[in-house]
Amino acid sequence: MAIKVGMEVSVAMGEMVKLASADVIAAYPITPQTHIVEHLAELVADGELDAEFIAVESEHSAMSACLGSAAVGARTFTASAGQGLELMHEVLYVASAMRLPIVMAVANRALSAPLSVWGDHSDVMAVRDTGWIQMFTENGQEVVDNTLCAFRIAEHPRVLLPLMVHLDGFHLSHMIEPLLLPEQSEVDRFLPPNSYPLSLDPARPVTMGDFAPPVIYTETKWAQEVNLRASKEVILDCWKEFGDAFGRYYSPVESYHSEGARVLLLTMGSFSETAMLAVDSLRSQGVDVGLVRLRLWRPFPFDELRQAVKEAEVLIVLDRALSVGGPGGPVCSEVKAALYQVEPRPKVVSFVGGLGGRDITVSGFEEIIKRGMDIAEKGSASEFEMFGVRE
Amino acid sequence: MDKQTVYIPRLASTKERFAPGHRACIGCGEALAVRLVCKALGDNVIIANATGCMEIVSSQLPYTSWTVPWIHTLFENTAAVASGMESGLKAMNRKGVKSLPGVKVVAMAGDGGTSDIGLQALSGALERGHNFLYVCFDNEAYMNTGIQRSSSTPYGASTTTSPAGKVSVGKFSWKKNMPAIAVAHNVPYVATASPSYFKDLFSKVKKAVAVNGPAYLHVLSVCPVGWRSAPELSVRMGRLAVQTGMFPLYEVENGKYKLSMDLPKLRPVADYLKLQGRFRHLTQDMIQEIQRRVNEEYAKLKEKAA
Ligand SMILES: Cc1ncc(C[n+]2csc(CCOP(=O)(O)OP(=O)(O)O)c2C)c(N)n1
Ligand code: SF4
Ligand SMILES: [Mg+2]
Repeated sequence: MAIKVGMEVSVAMGEMVKLASADVIAAYPITPQTHIVEHLAELVADGELDAEFIAVESEHSAMSACLGSAAVGARTFTASAGQGLELMHEVLYVASAMRLPIVMAVANRALSAPLSVWGDHSDVMAVRDTGWIQMFTENGQEVVDNTLCAFRIAEHPRVLLPLMVHLDGFHLSHMIEPLLLPEQSEVDRFLPPNSYPLSLDPARPVTMGDFAPPVIYTETKWAQEVNLRASKEVILDCWKEFGDAFGRYYSPVESYHSEGARVLLLTMGSFSETAMLAVDSLRSQGVDVGLVRLRLWRPFPFDELRQAVKEAEVLIVLDRALSVGGPGGPVCSEVKAALYQVEPRPKVVSFVGGLGGRDITVSGFEEIIKRGMDIAEKGSASEFEMFGVRE
Repeated sequence: MDKQTVYIPRLASTKERFAPGHRACIGCGEALAVRLVCKALGDNVIIANATGCMEIVSSQLPYTSWTVPWIHTLFENTAAVASGMESGLKAMNRKGVKSLPGVKVVAMAGDGGTSDIGLQALSGALERGHNFLYVCFDNEAYMNTGIQRSSSTPYGASTTTSPAGKVSVGKFSWKKNMPAIAVAHNVPYVATASPSYFKDLFSKVKKAVAVNGPAYLHVLSVCPVGWRSAPELSVRMGRLAVQTGMFPLYEVENGKYKLSMDLPKLRPVADYLKLQGRFRHLTQDMIQEIQRRVNEEYAKLKEKAA
């Protein structure tokens, strides 16, 4: 039986890492990730979680320690955000290419300068191509559930890839929500022990992390691509079995009143919940609008996305990150790429907003949808619009 | 100690853990140092290696020179990777998730990977007290990328980023004292060593492995390519570095300094410098300045060891 609690989402995430019996947590503090790692440090200090907590001296070392820990076969967790994720950057590529199943929470944060501790998706987008499995979450329960799924997916023998669980900084990380936490026995039934093959072990010596001359580098990258793409099958299986066991089902792209809707809004992360209210409100005014929420960011769910938007005439994408001097929103670029070869396809309109902790309210979303419909009809001189810029 | 090297083949295991077939240059003192350190380490180890010459010459896909478990990830993070390995083994052994008793985690890096770009990660790992051995193979420059200066390059050496020129002496600052930085972390064991003194190196590796906590070993590794010295002289060059006091051998156990050999009189530094193209441009005045500084540093070291 699940346990009902009222808990801060960061703390609940720590509880899930405890229930998953992580062996090593290596982390460096950065707002708004701090509550996750502070709670884990406390659990280790009180003997409630039997793990090594490595209070490293930087995020670069946090991720590097995770490489070492995962390579000896230990269940490994870390968390970061914003600048911290950026400091890890080169190490992230190594984690995925060396197939080390590390689970990382990212409490999404804007990037300096100017310094901002508040949330947006600039940090996610900067690590988009690092080869990690990445998923967004909308609320505390999704964080709880997907932290558990994360270990199972990452460590699955057919996957063996690192995985980021994204939760919006403050908007989600610092919320206190009613949550259902699973019991230890339920977790043990759902999550098998980590059985990393070919770990570093004197009894069976292996060489890891060789260098690749041009004659073989391309092949290693292709193998990585095939592997990350194939992980989707395991992700879908995991979510299905999670649903069967716990009654909550997840999918790569989720829809809200989108069936047959002429206009669709696409969002990621916690803002999706506000967007739903805006959709409700506009629908009550007779606007034929629905919402699609992108949960799985890598591997990108091409088929599911195409399926979800195939009947719409207009697709409005809200990005919480900016590709400066480029096409505007990085998610929108990918959505456009995914739809370009499809006939018929909706007109795609790009908005960037909600940067550096700036809220988008229900009426804000209504405005975005209406403006988006307007642009779809009359066209626009620019690639994208920045929502809510004060003159 | 010099004469004992004759008997070394009988003392050392014939098993190679850094196997032949690697791509190091002829006369590479670093390859020799790695090979000898590995002989002393034994089999119950896991090695984390930084990017650099030794990683590049030993691990080209799909080949490997390593018969012990070995991992390379990046240039500057080796001590952090070792931290993670040590913590992972510790947690799993304790929890009964796995049983890997007595495995020693060993980090290996060049002087660049240690005293420059990897210094922060190393400092963190030493401060946290992980039970591991860190070995710096010091060939006094970034050799893998083409002989650029590091903070461990000695004063006056001409490198590709500290070239001697009409208005340049070569490297303008003194060699960073990396062992002293390790000592400042209050770790149980720090030592300098040279493959030219194998027995000494061997006993230091053994001691470092036996320590429970962080140990730091700084091994001078002659690079004939970067030093522009004759490849057949590499072992002799290592000895000259010690005998001139340019690279004294000592250990620091729980903060207590001890010289590894008694050198009542240092050989002139010129004996060592003149064999190396990287110092060819030095004037008599500069050599004298180096001699003065070496005498001074050696006297300080002797005092610490007194
Ligand atoms: C972050 C980063 N910066 C620079 C490099 C390029 N690089 C690779 S090895 C190396 C020098 C290695 O020097 P050292 O550590 O002294 O080892 P050696 O090759 O001399 O044995 C450099 C600069 C790199 N791999 N990664
Ligand atoms: S460049 Fe120097 S250190 Fe590197 S392999 Fe050649 S001799 Fe050895
Ligand atoms: Mg070097």
